[in-house]
Amino acid sequence: MNTTITFPISGKTFRQRATEEPAWVRWSLIGLALMFLTLFLFVPLISVFYEAFKKGMDVYLAAITDPDAVAAIKLTLTVAAIAVPLNLVFGVAAAWAIAKFEFRGKNLLITLIDLPFSVSPVVSGLIYVLVFGLQGWLGPWLAEHDIKIIFAVPGIVLATVFVTVPFIARELIPLMQAQGTEEEEAAVVLGASGWQTFWQITLPNIKWGLLYGAILCNARAMGEFGAVSVVSGHIRGSTNTMPLHVEILYNEYNFAAAFAVASLLALLALVTLVLKTLIEFRNKQHQTLRGDA
Amino acid sequence: MNTFKQHSILPGFNLALGFTLLYLSLIVLIPLSAAFIRTAELTWVEFWAVVTTPRVLASYRLTFGVSFAAALVNAFFGLLVAWVLVRYHFPGKRIVDALVDLPFALPTAVAGIALTALYSGNGWIGQHLEPLGIKVAFTPLGIFVALTFIGLPFVVRTVQPVLEDIEAELEEAAATLGANRWQTFTRIIFPALFPALMTGFALAFARAIGEYGSVIFIAGNMPMVSEITPLLIVTKLEQYDYAGATALSVVMLVISFILLLIINLLQWWSRRRSAES
Repeated sequence: MNTTITFPISGKTFRQRATEEPAWVRWSLIGLALMFLTLFLFVPLISVFYEAFKKGMDVYLAAITDPDAVAAIKLTLTVAAIAVPLNLVFGVAAAWAIAKFEFRGKNLLITLIDLPFSVSPVVSGLIYVLVFGLQGWLGPWLAEHDIKIIFAVPGIVLATVFVTVPFIARELIPLMQAQGTEEEEAAVVLGASGWQTFWQITLPNIKWGLLYGAILCNARAMGEFGAVSVVSGHIRGSTNTMPLHVEILYNEYNFAAAFAVASLLALLALVTLVLKTLIEFRNKQHQTLRGDA
Repeated sequence: MNTFKQHSILPGFNLALGFTLLYLSLIVLIPLSAAFIRTAELTWVEFWAVVTTPRVLASYRLTFGVSFAAALVNAFFGLLVAWVLVRYHFPGKRIVDALVDLPFALPTAVAGIALTALYSGNGWIGQHLEPLGIKVAFTPLGIFVALTFIGLPFVVRTVQPVLEDIEAELEEAAATLGANRWQTFTRIIFPALFPALMTGFALAFARAIGEYGSVIFIAGNMPMVSEITPLLIVTKLEQYDYAGATALSVVMLVISFILLLIINLLQWWSRRRSAES
Protein backbone atom coordinates (compact mmCIF):
# COMPACT_ATOMS: atom_id res chain seq x y z
CA MET A 1 0.00 0.00 0.00
CA ASN A 2 1.63 3.23 -1.08
CA THR A 3 0.79 6.84 -0.55
CA THR A 4 2.16 9.39 -2.92
CA ILE A 5 3.48 12.46 -1.19
CA THR A 6 4.20 15.50 -3.30
CA PHE A 7 6.44 18.07 -1.72
CA PRO A 8 5.08 21.44 -2.77
CA ILE A 9 8.40 23.29 -2.94
CA SER A 10 10.63 20.89 -4.79
CA GLY A 11 7.81 19.32 -6.73
CA LYS A 12 9.49 15.95 -6.27
CA THR A 13 7.36 12.92 -5.67
CA PHE A 14 8.24 10.27 -3.12
CA ARG A 15 6.49 7.03 -2.58
CA GLN A 16 6.23 6.11 1.07
CA ARG A 17 4.72 2.96 2.49
CA ALA A 18 1.86 3.64 4.87
CA THR A 19 3.45 1.32 7.42
CA GLU A 20 6.71 3.21 7.48
CA GLU A 21 7.66 6.43 9.16
CA PRO A 22 8.77 9.44 7.13
CA ALA A 23 12.53 9.56 6.59
CA TRP A 24 13.07 12.47 8.97
CA VAL A 25 11.35 10.57 11.80
CA ARG A 26 13.36 7.48 11.01
CA TRP A 27 16.69 9.24 11.06
CA SER A 28 15.83 11.27 14.18
CA LEU A 29 14.98 8.08 16.04
CA ILE A 30 18.17 6.37 14.83
CA GLY A 31 20.16 9.45 15.81
CA LEU A 32 18.61 9.63 19.28
CA ALA A 33 19.16 5.91 19.92
CA LEU A 34 22.78 6.09 18.76
CA MET A 35 23.40 9.19 20.89
CA PHE A 36 22.14 7.35 23.96
CA LEU A 37 24.23 4.27 23.20
CA THR A 38 27.30 6.36 22.46
CA LEU A 39 27.00 8.20 25.75
CA PHE A 40 26.31 5.12 27.89
CA LEU A 41 28.14 2.32 26.05
CA PHE A 42 30.72 3.31 23.49
CA VAL A 43 32.35 6.21 25.32
CA PRO A 44 32.83 4.26 28.60
CA LEU A 45 34.28 1.32 26.65
CA ILE A 46 36.71 3.49 24.70
CA SER A 47 37.70 5.39 27.83
CA VAL A 48 38.91 2.15 29.48
CA PHE A 49 41.47 1.63 26.72
CA TYR A 50 42.31 5.33 26.49
CA GLU A 51 43.04 5.59 30.22
CA ALA A 52 45.00 2.31 30.11
CA PHE A 53 47.38 3.51 27.40
CA LYS A 54 47.44 7.20 28.37
CA LYS A 55 50.81 6.94 30.10
CA GLY A 56 52.35 4.85 27.35
CA MET A 57 53.04 1.27 26.53
CA ASP A 58 55.78 0.85 29.17
CA VAL A 59 53.50 1.78 32.06
CA TYR A 60 50.83 -0.51 30.62
CA LEU A 61 53.16 -3.49 30.32
CA ALA A 62 54.64 -2.84 33.75
CA ALA A 63 51.14 -2.81 35.26
CA ILE A 64 50.02 -6.11 33.75
CA THR A 65 53.31 -7.91 34.42
CA ASP A 66 53.50 -6.76 38.04
CA PRO A 67 53.71 -9.90 40.26
CA ASP A 68 50.47 -9.00 42.09
CA ALA A 69 48.68 -8.47 38.77
CA VAL A 70 49.98 -11.80 37.45
CA ALA A 71 48.85 -13.53 40.65
CA ALA A 72 45.40 -11.91 40.22
CA ILE A 73 45.19 -13.05 36.59
CA LYS A 74 46.17 -16.60 37.60
CA LEU A 75 43.61 -16.69 40.40
CA THR A 76 40.86 -15.39 38.12
CA LEU A 77 41.67 -18.06 35.52
CA THR A 78 41.77 -20.78 38.20
CA VAL A 79 38.43 -19.74 39.69
CA ALA A 80 36.77 -19.70 36.26
CA ALA A 81 38.37 -23.06 35.40
CA ILE A 82 36.65 -24.60 38.43
CA ALA A 83 33.35 -22.71 38.42
CA VAL A 84 32.49 -23.07 34.72
CA PRO A 85 32.88 -26.90 34.48
CA LEU A 86 30.92 -27.36 37.72
CA ASN A 87 28.03 -25.29 36.40
CA LEU A 88 28.34 -27.02 33.04
CA VAL A 89 27.72 -30.44 34.60
CA PHE A 90 24.92 -28.96 36.70
CA GLY A 91 23.36 -27.25 33.67
CA VAL A 92 23.33 -30.45 31.62
CA ALA A 93 21.89 -32.52 34.50
CA ALA A 94 19.21 -29.95 35.29
CA ALA A 95 18.26 -29.52 31.62
CA TRP A 96 18.12 -33.32 31.12
CA ALA A 97 15.71 -33.71 34.04
CA ILE A 98 13.59 -30.67 33.17
CA ALA A 99 13.46 -30.90 29.38
CA LYS A 100 13.22 -34.65 28.83
CA PHE A 101 10.76 -35.60 31.58
CA GLU A 102 7.39 -34.43 32.90
CA PHE A 103 7.19 -34.17 36.68
CA ARG A 104 5.46 -32.10 39.30
CA GLY A 105 7.14 -29.00 40.68
CA LYS A 106 9.09 -28.38 37.49
CA ASN A 107 8.30 -24.67 37.38
CA LEU A 108 9.36 -24.27 40.99
CA LEU A 109 12.67 -25.98 40.15
CA ILE A 110 13.24 -23.60 37.22
CA THR A 111 12.56 -20.63 39.50
CA LEU A 112 15.03 -21.97 42.07
CA ILE A 113 17.71 -22.33 39.40
CA ASP A 114 17.17 -18.68 38.42
CA LEU A 115 17.31 -17.52 42.03
CA PRO A 116 20.99 -16.46 42.11
CA PHE A 117 20.28 -13.92 39.34
CA SER A 118 17.94 -12.00 41.61
CA VAL A 119 20.18 -12.02 44.69
CA SER A 120 22.42 -9.01 45.22
CA PRO A 121 26.10 -9.97 44.72
CA VAL A 122 26.88 -8.68 48.19
CA VAL A 123 24.26 -10.96 49.74
CA SER A 124 25.64 -13.86 47.66
CA GLY A 125 28.99 -13.40 49.37
CA LEU A 126 27.52 -12.80 52.81
CA ILE A 127 25.60 -16.08 52.93
CA TYR A 128 28.86 -18.00 52.52
CA VAL A 129 30.40 -16.02 55.36
CA LEU A 130 27.40 -17.07 57.46
CA VAL A 131 28.02 -20.74 56.66
CA PHE A 132 31.83 -20.99 56.55
CA GLY A 133 33.04 -17.83 58.36
CA LEU A 134 34.53 -17.88 61.85
CA GLN A 135 31.15 -16.81 63.28
CA GLY A 136 29.34 -19.15 60.90
CA TRP A 137 27.74 -22.59 61.20
CA LEU A 138 30.82 -24.57 60.19
CA GLY A 139 33.34 -21.93 61.31
CA PRO A 140 34.48 -23.50 64.61
CA TRP A 141 34.79 -26.99 63.09
CA LEU A 142 36.77 -25.65 60.12
CA ALA A 143 39.07 -23.66 62.41
CA GLU A 144 39.68 -26.76 64.50
CA HIS A 145 40.75 -28.69 61.42
CA ASP A 146 42.72 -25.76 60.05
CA ILE A 147 40.64 -25.44 56.88
CA LYS A 148 40.25 -21.93 55.52
CA ILE A 149 37.33 -21.24 53.19
CA ILE A 150 36.40 -17.63 53.85
CA PHE A 151 39.16 -15.11 53.05
CA ALA A 152 40.75 -17.88 50.97
CA VAL A 153 40.47 -19.34 47.48
CA PRO A 154 37.69 -21.92 48.23
CA GLY A 155 35.37 -19.11 49.37
CA ILE A 156 36.03 -17.18 46.15
CA VAL A 157 35.27 -20.30 44.10
CA LEU A 158 32.03 -20.98 46.02
CA ALA A 159 30.77 -17.40 45.69
CA THR A 160 31.59 -17.44 41.97
CA VAL A 161 29.83 -20.78 41.47
CA PHE A 162 26.76 -19.34 43.25
CA VAL A 163 26.43 -16.26 41.06
CA THR A 164 26.95 -18.26 37.84
CA VAL A 165 24.66 -21.26 38.62
CA PRO A 166 21.85 -20.27 36.19
CA PHE A 167 23.85 -19.37 33.06
CA ILE A 168 24.27 -22.75 31.35
CA ALA A 169 21.07 -24.35 32.69
CA ARG A 170 18.84 -21.53 31.45
CA GLU A 171 20.47 -21.70 28.02
CA LEU A 172 20.01 -25.48 27.73
CA ILE A 173 16.50 -25.90 29.18
CA PRO A 174 14.57 -24.09 26.40
CA LEU A 175 16.87 -25.55 23.74
CA MET A 176 16.38 -29.14 24.89
CA GLN A 177 12.65 -28.59 25.41
CA ALA A 178 12.36 -27.40 21.81
CA GLN A 179 14.28 -30.43 20.54
CA GLY A 180 11.86 -32.85 22.20
CA THR A 181 12.57 -36.47 23.10
CA GLU A 182 11.97 -38.37 19.83
CA GLU A 183 15.63 -38.75 18.85
CA GLU A 184 16.65 -40.02 22.28
CA GLU A 185 13.67 -42.36 22.45
CA ALA A 186 14.59 -43.80 19.05
CA ALA A 187 18.16 -44.41 20.24
CA VAL A 188 16.97 -46.14 23.41
CA VAL A 189 14.51 -48.31 21.47
CA LEU A 190 17.36 -49.32 19.15
CA GLY A 191 19.29 -50.54 22.17
CA ALA A 192 21.59 -47.64 23.05
CA SER A 193 22.49 -47.24 26.71
CA GLY A 194 21.70 -44.02 28.57
CA TRP A 195 25.23 -42.68 28.28
CA GLN A 196 25.50 -43.69 24.61
CA THR A 197 22.28 -41.80 23.94
CA PHE A 198 23.59 -38.76 25.75
CA TRP A 199 27.03 -38.67 24.11
CA GLN A 200 25.93 -39.56 20.59
CA ILE A 201 22.47 -38.00 20.27
CA THR A 202 21.92 -35.27 22.86
CA LEU A 203 25.37 -33.74 23.13
CA PRO A 204 25.84 -33.10 19.37
CA ASN A 205 22.42 -31.43 19.37
CA ILE A 206 23.14 -29.11 22.28
CA LYS A 207 26.85 -28.38 21.78
CA TRP A 208 26.33 -24.83 20.50
CA GLY A 209 23.92 -23.96 23.28
CA LEU A 210 26.37 -25.44 25.75
CA LEU A 211 29.21 -23.34 24.35
CA TYR A 212 27.03 -20.22 24.37
CA GLY A 213 26.10 -20.72 28.01
CA ALA A 214 29.70 -21.53 28.96
CA ILE A 215 30.98 -18.31 27.35
CA LEU A 216 28.48 -16.15 29.25
CA CYS A 217 29.13 -18.10 32.45
CA ASN A 218 32.86 -17.60 32.02
CA ALA A 219 32.53 -13.84 31.48
CA ARG A 220 30.55 -13.48 34.68
CA ALA A 221 32.84 -15.82 36.61
CA MET A 222 35.94 -13.82 35.66
CA GLY A 223 34.27 -10.46 36.21
CA GLU A 224 32.35 -11.04 39.43
CA PHE A 225 33.11 -8.35 41.96
CA GLY A 226 30.57 -7.93 44.77
CA ALA A 227 30.24 -11.54 45.94
CA VAL A 228 33.96 -12.23 45.64
CA SER A 229 34.83 -8.99 47.38
CA VAL A 230 32.88 -10.04 50.50
CA VAL A 231 34.56 -13.46 50.85
CA SER A 232 38.06 -12.68 49.57
CA GLY A 233 39.73 -10.77 52.36
CA HIS A 234 41.67 -8.76 49.74
CA ILE A 235 45.07 -10.31 50.41
CA ARG A 236 47.39 -9.02 47.69
CA GLY A 237 49.04 -11.64 45.55
CA SER A 238 46.99 -14.39 47.18
CA THR A 239 43.21 -13.84 47.30
CA ASN A 240 42.84 -10.95 44.86
CA THR A 241 41.06 -11.67 41.60
CA MET A 242 41.46 -9.28 38.65
CA PRO A 243 38.39 -7.15 39.46
CA LEU A 244 39.53 -6.86 43.09
CA HIS A 245 43.04 -5.95 41.96
CA VAL A 246 41.52 -3.20 39.80
CA GLU A 247 39.73 -1.85 42.87
CA ILE A 248 42.88 -1.84 45.03
CA LEU A 249 44.95 -0.06 42.37
CA TYR A 250 42.17 2.46 41.80
CA ASN A 251 41.81 3.20 45.50
CA GLU A 252 45.58 3.77 45.66
CA TYR A 253 45.15 6.42 42.92
CA ASN A 254 47.25 4.25 40.63
CA PHE A 255 44.78 4.93 37.81
CA ALA A 256 46.98 3.93 34.86
CA ALA A 257 47.65 0.49 36.38
CA ALA A 258 44.00 0.06 37.42
CA PHE A 259 42.85 0.78 33.87
CA ALA A 260 45.57 -1.44 32.42
CA VAL A 261 44.25 -4.46 34.32
CA ALA A 262 40.69 -3.28 33.60
CA SER A 263 41.49 -3.21 29.88
CA LEU A 264 42.24 -6.94 30.01
CA LEU A 265 38.79 -7.51 31.49
CA ALA A 266 37.24 -5.21 28.88
CA LEU A 267 39.01 -7.23 26.20
CA LEU A 268 37.53 -10.39 27.71
CA ALA A 269 34.08 -8.75 27.49
CA LEU A 270 34.63 -7.88 23.82
CA VAL A 271 35.83 -11.40 22.99
CA THR A 272 32.75 -12.75 24.79
CA LEU A 273 30.47 -10.52 22.70
CA VAL A 274 32.18 -11.53 19.44
CA LEU A 275 31.90 -15.27 20.21
CA LYS A 276 28.30 -14.81 21.35
CA THR A 277 27.41 -12.99 18.12
CA LEU A 278 29.13 -15.61 15.99
CA ILE A 279 27.20 -18.44 17.68
CA GLU A 280 23.91 -16.52 17.31
CA PHE A 281 24.68 -15.90 13.64
CA ARG A 282 25.49 -19.57 13.11
CA ASN A 283 22.28 -20.67 14.85
CA LYS A 284 20.19 -18.32 12.73
CA GLN A 285 21.70 -19.69 9.52
CA HIS A 286 21.21 -23.21 10.76
CA GLN A 287 17.57 -22.49 11.51
CA THR A 288 16.91 -21.02 8.07
CA LEU A 289 18.57 -24.03 6.47
CA ARG A 290 16.41 -26.36 8.49
CA GLY A 291 13.32 -24.24 7.80
CA ASP A 292 13.88 -24.43 4.04
CA ALA A 293 14.35 -28.18 4.04
CA MET B 1 5.58 -41.97 42.71
CA ASN B 2 3.75 -42.42 39.40
CA THR B 3 1.70 -39.28 40.07
CA PHE B 4 4.92 -37.34 40.60
CA LYS B 5 6.45 -38.20 37.23
CA GLN B 6 4.95 -39.25 33.92
CA HIS B 7 6.29 -42.48 32.48
CA SER B 8 9.15 -42.19 29.99
CA ILE B 9 11.43 -44.76 28.39
CA LEU B 10 14.42 -42.44 28.67
CA PRO B 11 16.89 -43.28 31.43
CA GLY B 12 18.70 -41.02 33.84
CA PHE B 13 15.85 -39.15 35.48
CA ASN B 14 16.74 -40.10 39.03
CA LEU B 15 20.43 -39.39 38.55
CA ALA B 16 19.87 -36.05 36.79
CA LEU B 17 17.19 -34.77 39.16
CA GLY B 18 19.02 -36.09 42.22
CA PHE B 19 22.24 -34.35 41.23
CA THR B 20 20.35 -31.14 40.36
CA LEU B 21 18.62 -31.04 43.74
CA LEU B 22 21.79 -31.91 45.68
CA TYR B 23 23.83 -29.25 43.87
CA LEU B 24 21.12 -26.59 44.24
CA SER B 25 20.74 -27.40 47.93
CA LEU B 26 24.45 -27.22 48.68
CA ILE B 27 25.28 -24.18 46.58
CA VAL B 28 22.09 -22.11 46.69
CA LEU B 29 19.39 -23.18 49.13
CA ILE B 30 21.32 -24.03 52.31
CA PRO B 31 23.53 -20.91 52.17
CA LEU B 32 20.50 -18.72 51.43
CA SER B 33 18.58 -20.26 54.31
CA ALA B 34 21.55 -19.33 56.55
CA ALA B 35 20.60 -15.66 56.17
CA PHE B 36 17.04 -16.33 57.34
CA ILE B 37 18.00 -18.70 60.15
CA ARG B 38 20.68 -16.39 61.51
CA THR B 39 18.22 -13.49 61.43
CA ALA B 40 15.71 -15.55 63.38
CA GLU B 41 18.15 -15.33 66.30
CA LEU B 42 17.07 -11.70 66.64
CA THR B 43 13.72 -10.86 68.17
CA TRP B 44 11.21 -9.10 65.94
CA VAL B 45 11.79 -5.82 67.81
CA GLU B 46 15.57 -6.08 67.46
CA PHE B 47 15.24 -6.94 63.77
CA TRP B 48 12.92 -4.00 63.15
CA ALA B 49 15.25 -1.62 65.01
CA VAL B 50 18.22 -2.72 62.87
CA VAL B 51 16.48 -2.40 59.53
CA THR B 52 14.81 0.97 60.19
CA THR B 53 17.59 3.20 61.54
CA PRO B 54 17.71 6.60 59.79
CA ARG B 55 20.91 5.69 57.94
CA VAL B 56 19.35 2.44 56.67
CA LEU B 57 16.11 4.16 55.68
CA ALA B 58 18.10 6.78 53.75
CA SER B 59 19.90 3.96 51.92
CA TYR B 60 16.57 2.32 50.94
CA ARG B 61 15.23 5.63 49.63
CA LEU B 62 18.38 6.17 47.59
CA THR B 63 18.64 2.58 46.30
CA PHE B 64 15.00 2.26 45.30
CA GLY B 65 14.57 5.84 44.06
CA VAL B 66 17.62 5.86 41.84
CA SER B 67 17.02 2.28 40.64
CA PHE B 68 13.48 3.25 39.67
CA ALA B 69 14.64 6.36 37.81
CA ALA B 70 17.36 4.40 35.98
CA ALA B 71 14.91 1.62 35.04
CA LEU B 72 12.46 4.24 33.76
CA VAL B 73 15.09 5.85 31.54
CA ASN B 74 16.06 2.37 30.35
CA ALA B 75 12.42 1.58 29.55
CA PHE B 76 12.21 4.64 27.31
CA PHE B 77 15.57 4.35 25.59
CA GLY B 78 15.46 0.55 25.57
CA LEU B 79 12.21 0.67 23.62
CA LEU B 80 13.74 3.23 21.26
CA VAL B 81 16.89 1.15 20.71
CA ALA B 82 14.87 -2.04 20.19
CA TRP B 83 12.63 -0.21 17.69
CA VAL B 84 15.57 1.21 15.74
CA LEU B 85 17.35 -2.17 15.67
CA VAL B 86 14.28 -4.11 14.51
CA ARG B 87 12.68 -1.65 12.10
CA TYR B 88 15.42 0.43 10.51
CA HIS B 89 18.61 -0.13 8.60
CA PHE B 90 21.72 1.92 9.15
CA PRO B 91 25.45 1.35 8.75
CA GLY B 92 27.05 -0.56 11.62
CA LYS B 93 23.73 -1.89 12.88
CA ARG B 94 25.13 -5.39 13.48
CA ILE B 95 27.94 -4.05 15.68
CA VAL B 96 25.56 -1.81 17.62
CA ASP B 97 23.23 -4.76 18.17
CA ALA B 98 26.08 -6.90 19.53
CA LEU B 99 27.42 -4.12 21.77
CA VAL B 100 24.06 -3.65 23.50
CA ASP B 101 25.02 -6.67 25.62
CA LEU B 102 28.23 -5.01 26.78
CA PRO B 103 26.89 -4.27 30.30
CA PHE B 104 26.23 -8.01 30.72
CA ALA B 105 29.76 -8.92 29.67
CA LEU B 106 31.81 -6.08 31.14
CA PRO B 107 32.83 -6.68 34.78
CA THR B 108 31.03 -4.21 37.01
CA ALA B 109 34.24 -2.90 38.58
CA VAL B 110 35.52 -1.94 35.13
CA ALA B 111 32.26 -0.15 34.34
CA GLY B 112 32.50 1.60 37.71
CA ILE B 113 35.98 3.03 37.25
CA ALA B 114 35.35 3.93 33.58
CA LEU B 115 32.18 5.88 34.39
CA THR B 116 33.86 7.57 37.36
CA ALA B 117 36.78 8.67 35.17
CA LEU B 118 34.36 10.02 32.54
CA TYR B 119 32.11 11.95 34.89
CA SER B 120 34.60 13.28 37.43
CA GLY B 121 35.51 16.98 37.25
CA ASN B 122 38.37 16.49 34.79
CA GLY B 123 36.81 13.62 32.80
CA TRP B 124 35.67 13.74 29.18
CA ILE B 125 32.03 14.31 30.10
CA GLY B 126 32.42 15.73 33.61
CA GLN B 127 34.49 18.71 32.48
CA HIS B 128 31.61 19.91 30.31
CA LEU B 129 28.98 19.40 33.01
CA GLU B 130 30.87 20.92 35.93
CA PRO B 131 30.78 24.54 34.56
CA LEU B 132 27.00 24.13 34.25
CA GLY B 133 26.86 23.35 37.95
CA ILE B 134 26.06 19.67 37.38
CA LYS B 135 28.16 17.32 39.49
CA VAL B 136 27.72 13.67 38.53
CA ALA B 137 30.58 11.67 40.05
CA PHE B 138 30.37 11.20 43.83
CA THR B 139 26.68 12.23 43.95
CA PRO B 140 23.39 10.30 43.61
CA LEU B 141 23.39 11.39 39.94
CA GLY B 142 26.51 9.26 39.48
CA ILE B 143 24.68 6.25 40.91
CA PHE B 144 21.92 6.92 38.39
CA VAL B 145 24.45 6.87 35.53
CA ALA B 146 25.97 3.58 36.72
CA LEU B 147 22.58 1.91 37.18
CA THR B 148 21.42 3.10 33.76
CA PHE B 149 24.50 1.49 32.23
CA ILE B 150 23.95 -1.78 34.13
CA GLY B 151 20.25 -2.05 33.22
CA LEU B 152 20.56 -1.01 29.57
CA PRO B 153 20.34 -4.45 27.87
CA PHE B 154 17.31 -5.74 29.79
CA VAL B 155 14.56 -3.71 28.09
CA VAL B 156 16.17 -3.94 24.65
CA ARG B 157 16.48 -7.72 24.87
CA THR B 158 12.94 -8.32 26.19
CA VAL B 159 11.23 -5.95 23.72
CA GLN B 160 13.26 -6.88 20.62
CA PRO B 161 11.87 -10.42 20.03
CA VAL B 162 8.28 -9.30 20.63
CA LEU B 163 8.68 -6.42 18.20
CA GLU B 164 10.13 -8.81 15.60
CA ASP B 165 7.07 -11.06 15.94
CA ILE B 166 4.42 -8.37 15.48
CA GLU B 167 2.70 -9.16 12.22
CA ALA B 168 2.78 -6.57 9.47
CA GLU B 169 -0.88 -7.28 8.69
CA LEU B 170 -2.02 -5.56 11.89
CA GLU B 171 -0.26 -2.36 10.98
CA GLU B 172 -1.42 -2.56 7.38
CA ALA B 173 -5.01 -3.01 8.56
CA ALA B 174 -4.66 0.03 10.83
CA ALA B 175 -3.28 2.09 7.95
CA THR B 176 -6.07 0.92 5.64
CA LEU B 177 -8.59 2.06 8.21
CA GLY B 178 -7.05 5.53 8.15
CA ALA B 179 -4.74 5.49 11.15
CA ASN B 180 -1.57 7.52 10.88
CA ARG B 181 1.75 6.09 12.12
CA TRP B 182 1.47 7.65 15.56
CA GLN B 183 -2.04 6.26 16.06
CA THR B 184 -0.88 2.84 14.86
CA PHE B 185 1.99 2.96 17.31
CA THR B 186 -0.01 4.04 20.35
CA ARG B 187 -3.09 1.88 19.67
CA ILE B 188 -1.64 -1.26 18.04
CA ILE B 189 2.10 -1.64 18.55
CA PHE B 190 2.58 -0.22 22.03
CA PRO B 191 -0.16 -2.31 23.69
CA ALA B 192 1.38 -5.43 22.14
CA LEU B 193 4.82 -4.48 23.46
CA PHE B 194 3.66 -3.34 26.88
CA PRO B 195 3.99 -6.63 28.82
CA ALA B 196 7.52 -7.15 27.45
CA LEU B 197 8.38 -3.55 28.25
CA MET B 198 7.18 -3.99 31.83
CA THR B 199 9.17 -7.23 32.14
CA GLY B 200 12.31 -5.46 30.94
CA PHE B 201 11.66 -2.58 33.30
CA ALA B 202 11.23 -4.96 36.25
CA LEU B 203 14.40 -6.89 35.35
CA ALA B 204 16.42 -3.69 35.09
CA PHE B 205 14.96 -2.45 38.38
CA ALA B 206 15.68 -5.74 40.18
CA ARG B 207 19.25 -5.78 38.89
CA ALA B 208 19.80 -2.14 39.88
CA ILE B 209 18.65 -2.66 43.47
CA GLY B 210 21.30 -5.30 44.15
CA GLU B 211 24.08 -3.68 42.13
CA TYR B 212 27.31 -3.02 43.98
CA GLY B 213 30.47 -3.09 41.85
CA SER B 214 29.72 -0.33 39.38
CA VAL B 215 28.12 1.94 41.96
CA ILE B 216 30.66 2.10 44.78
CA PHE B 217 33.32 3.79 42.66
CA ILE B 218 31.10 6.59 41.38
CA ALA B 219 28.81 7.04 44.39
CA GLY B 220 31.08 8.83 46.84
CA ASN B 221 29.46 6.62 49.49
CA MET B 222 28.49 9.35 51.96
CA PRO B 223 26.20 8.04 54.71
CA MET B 224 22.65 9.46 54.41
CA VAL B 225 23.44 10.96 50.97
CA SER B 226 25.00 8.52 48.52
CA GLU B 227 25.25 5.22 50.38
CA ILE B 228 23.35 2.34 48.76
CA THR B 229 21.94 -0.56 50.80
CA PRO B 230 24.36 -3.23 49.45
CA LEU B 231 27.28 -1.02 50.50
CA LEU B 232 25.77 -0.65 53.96
CA ILE B 233 25.71 -4.45 54.24
CA VAL B 234 29.43 -4.58 53.40
CA THR B 235 30.18 -1.76 55.86
CA LYS B 236 28.38 -3.61 58.66
CA LEU B 237 30.23 -6.79 57.77
CA GLU B 238 33.58 -5.01 57.91
CA GLN B 239 32.65 -3.76 61.39
CA TYR B 240 31.90 -7.38 62.39
CA ASP B 241 28.22 -6.45 62.85
CA TYR B 242 27.08 -9.82 61.47
CA ALA B 243 23.56 -9.54 62.90
CA GLY B 244 23.04 -6.14 61.28
CA ALA B 245 24.47 -7.21 57.92
CA THR B 246 22.36 -10.37 57.94
CA ALA B 247 19.15 -8.54 58.89
CA LEU B 248 19.67 -6.06 56.03
CA SER B 249 20.43 -8.84 53.57
CA VAL B 250 17.17 -10.56 54.58
CA VAL B 251 15.30 -7.36 53.72
CA MET B 252 17.08 -7.30 50.35
CA LEU B 253 16.35 -11.00 49.77
CA VAL B 254 12.64 -10.64 50.54
CA ILE B 255 12.40 -7.70 48.15
CA SER B 256 14.27 -9.69 45.48
CA PHE B 257 11.89 -12.62 45.89
CA ILE B 258 8.84 -10.38 45.56
CA LEU B 259 10.32 -8.82 42.42
CA LEU B 260 11.11 -12.28 41.05
CA LEU B 261 7.47 -13.25 41.57
CA ILE B 262 6.28 -10.08 39.81
CA ILE B 263 8.69 -10.72 36.92
CA ASN B 264 7.43 -14.30 36.55
CA LEU B 265 3.83 -13.03 36.44
CA LEU B 266 4.80 -10.38 33.87
CA GLN B 267 6.53 -12.97 31.70
CA TRP B 268 3.49 -15.20 31.89
CA TRP B 269 1.31 -12.24 30.88
CA SER B 270 3.72 -11.40 28.05
CA ARG B 271 3.66 -14.97 26.73
CA ARG B 272 -0.11 -15.12 26.89
CA ARG B 273 -0.40 -11.80 25.09
CA SER B 274 1.88 -12.91 22.26
CA ALA B 275 0.07 -16.25 22.03
CA GLU B 276 -3.21 -14.37 21.55
CA SER B 277 -1.99 -12.15 18.75
